[in-house]
Amino acid sequence: MLSFLKKLLKKDARQTTVIPNDGQTAPLTEDQLSIVSTTSVIHHPPQVLVGTAQSVGMQRENNEDSLFVINLIMSDSVSQLPFGLYIMADGMGGYLHGEVASRAAVRAFADYISRKLIPSLISIDSGPLNESLQELMEEGVREAQQAVLRRAPGGGTTLTAALLLGEQVTLAHVGDSRAYFIYPDGRIQPMTNDHSLVKRLLDLGQLTEEQARNYPQKNVLYRALGQLDPFKPDILSHMMPHPGYMVLCSDGLWGVLPDLEIFQIITSAANPSEACQSLVDAANGAGGPDNISVIVVQYLN
Amino acid sequence: MDTQNITQAFSAGKGQTSQLPNGTILVDRYMIQEVIGIGGMGAVYRARALHFPNVVKLVAVKEMINTARDMLVRQTIVQNFEREAHILVTLSHPSIPKIFDFFTHDTRSYLVLEFINGKDIEAVLRETQTFLSEDRVIGWAIELCDVLSYLHKHKPEPIIFRDMKPSNVMINQDDHIVLVDFGIAKLFKEGQKGTMIGTEGYSPPEQYRGEATPKADIYSLGATLHHILTRRDPRLEAPFTFLERPVRQINPAVSIELETIINTALQYNPADRFPSTEVMKEALIMAAKKTGALSRISQPIITTSQDQRIKALWTFKCEDEIRGSPALENNSLYIGAYDNNLYSLNAATGDFLWKYAAEGGIVSRPIILDGSVYFGSEDNGLYAVSARTGKQVWNFKADGPIRCSPRVAEGHIFFGSDDEHLYAVNMVTGKMIWRTEVAGPIRSSPFITSEYIYFGTEYGEVFCMDFRGQTKWRFISKRGVTSSPLVEQGVIFFASLDSTFYALDAKSGWSLWRFRMAKGSISSPAKFLNLVYVGSADGNIYCLDANTSKEVWHFKTDHQVSGSPVVYKDSVYCGSADGNLYCLDHRTGRLKWKFSTGGPITGTPVVNNDIVYIGSHDHILYALLA
Repeated sequence: MLSFLKKLLKKDARQTTVIPNDGQTAPLTEDQLSIVSTTSVIHHPPQVLVGTAQSVGMQRENNEDSLFVINLIMSDSVSQLPFGLYIMADGMGGYLHGEVASRAAVRAFADYISRKLIPSLISIDSGPLNESLQELMEEGVREAQQAVLRRAPGGGTTLTAALLLGEQVTLAHVGDSRAYFIYPDGRIQPMTNDHSLVKRLLDLGQLTEEQARNYPQKNVLYRALGQLDPFKPDILSHMMPHPGYMVLCSDGLWGVLPDLEIFQIITSAANPSEACQSLVDAANGAGGPDNISVIVVQYLN
Repeated sequence: MDTQNITQAFSAGKGQTSQLPNGTILVDRYMIQEVIGIGGMGAVYRARALHFPNVVKLVAVKEMINTARDMLVRQTIVQNFEREAHILVTLSHPSIPKIFDFFTHDTRSYLVLEFINGKDIEAVLRETQTFLSEDRVIGWAIELCDVLSYLHKHKPEPIIFRDMKPSNVMINQDDHIVLVDFGIAKLFKEGQKGTMIGTEGYSPPEQYRGEATPKADIYSLGATLHHILTRRDPRLEAPFTFLERPVRQINPAVSIELETIINTALQYNPADRFPSTEVMKEALIMAAKKTGALSRISQPIITTSQDQRIKALWTFKCEDEIRGSPALENNSLYIGAYDNNLYSLNAATGDFLWKYAAEGGIVSRPIILDGSVYFGSEDNGLYAVSARTGKQVWNFKADGPIRCSPRVAEGHIFFGSDDEHLYAVNMVTGKMIWRTEVAGPIRSSPFITSEYIYFGTEYGEVFCMDFRGQTKWRFISKRGVTSSPLVEQGVIFFASLDSTFYALDAKSGWSLWRFRMAKGSISSPAKFLNLVYVGSADGNIYCLDANTSKEVWHFKTDHQVSGSPVVYKDSVYCGSADGNLYCLDHRTGRLKWKFSTGGPITGTPVVNNDIVYIGSHDHILYALLA
């Protein structure tokens, strides 16, 4: 605890001369620090723990969700570089459509990113790629879209993918699956914006909360893989909370559990795998109206 | 069946959807010549009508291939196609194609229509690079109002077009508009998850509640005009965001009158839009008269009369150009000039306090710490002088000119030189602790975090070094990096002469994103919240979203922007080689004021206590009210 504070203060003293405070990193209060202090062991290299869980839910016949995880750590004299690729897809369009679509999208995306990125990441000779990570992610979405059109005509899928490299997370997002960050100070923050009509109409004040809850086309997305109209995915980069968590989930989870409950389950679990299983159990306990998939990534440094 | 017109579901299944080969003769009457368009449900062909063997009469043949497996859906599609035919039969207007024939053949149905020799507006936009002229667009808009008025007054029932968008408006050889596509049914699919809508981007919010009135067409016309004038496809944006992206923010040449009309048409609440297309047409005619579009007078000139308002609080004249940037400490201002002097001035009054003469020009920004001023000069020297008296404390000589600004951390001064070394010098003694050789002169000022030192070189490399001078990573851009990097939230930002602005992971040097500018840049970025600001030799000051890499706005100056922006309160301050210091709203890029100096500005301003200080090549340092 003390050493952590010291480190923080020392950093601050230097920051006054070199790093303008952009207001995003508010100082931690004592209470908030106590959460951090439970993980005050210093990990070298930084540790990335991942858990996953999936359930068809209580009311559906088949599972149309797909998820995917790669975790990789390199540590040597030059660098300590965690790398992770986490993908969540929620298919739609019914039997033999949705499940094929989400599976095709996830595989095509993972295939493209790992083929492009991992060789140059691992090879001792090659340095960083010429393309930026955001460009790679955008191209990955294009590949996934092609795969859906080819393999699941008539089907569609959401796609939320997170690429962790070093301390930066680059997200590609289409549809209404979600990514959350959980910060050590107790914030749980959605990092993605649902591409659903009801969300947009709600944001505009065209629907009230009440109307939104009863809106007949509640699940209508205005952007998803498989649609014929041109579209652009949301692509964005953020610093991974460190220490902290990233959560990827389908609407079978976030549609049933409030953010606060997701936060509580994750931060009170012994590890990410247990957190994921508890989340799925809680969603099923609340009726489990839809397929549930979740990935929890914990970053320790 | 309102929703059908706005519903575009997933891809239809493949198979039996091949186009007719050229030369095919349909029902003995129409010889297919060429595919002229492909829609969601089939192709559109140019064909020759064979009724008149001695004249070449061309027609458009629109095909609808019914691939739906569900009988009910199949039937609905045919009904909608027939409905289009029946609507067209009853209409007669110069902007609506005449219908000649209608028939069904196997799984395919055909409409035979007047052939329009021209192209749709989507194609017009695709085939042009620059903004279309306002006059031309107003002309089209007036005609579109006319044809919509005709439809809305149709008896017994008004016809709502419901599908106004650039690809449904043809421009013929005489630059007149023709509306096409009167509602071919689009595939409507009920999935397990619910209906999926690929929004057209042109539909008003109330259409999603199942309302379709003439006001919906007014909205879609507004959306279409917005797309034409901004060249931004609304299908690529979140729905209903037109009002957040006003036309003139993207295309400043558009008159405020036309922007106002488009904004009125695009109101979310139907009651706030024009009551009818007639009223909208009148507004367009008024705007055209006012801006001179009707008499073909070119773009309105936007004048900023406000710039006279800004007066200097004080000025101070040096003996040569000021290329570098001022620094402020304890109510004293420190500025180096090309006359070799470092000046100390009273920041409140501009009164001269002292000067120190180096042997070469000073083109960077001094740094003040613990009572001393540190600065580099083109005479190869790094100087420490007393901030109070200007007396020299020590002087260190590098092997080449020092053009970057020194930075201080851990009791050391870090700086680079044209001699291709990065130096670490003890702050108190002026003794060199180490220097590290790199390929290429260093003019980029190092950025120092708690762990690492970041800087660029004139040969295009960007280095991350530890405090012992060991390279942790190296990034290579295609041209020199004079821009001084900024590191925040684990990301390093800098511009390069290769016309790219980079954001890299500060830990690994991997590129997170790149932003292309029209020309290279030596400007150093500034950041506020999630926004990054930087100038470029293409004359623009850019504001980019640091997370999404999207341009938020850009502001065009009249010359290269080599200086660097600073953010203070709600404003961005940045100088340009056109001689002006600009004050812009930091969120929108709107010009608040500009101040003209007598020469190019290449330095970076400093702002404190609502006073902005900037030097110019006209030898003068200005203090202005921010």
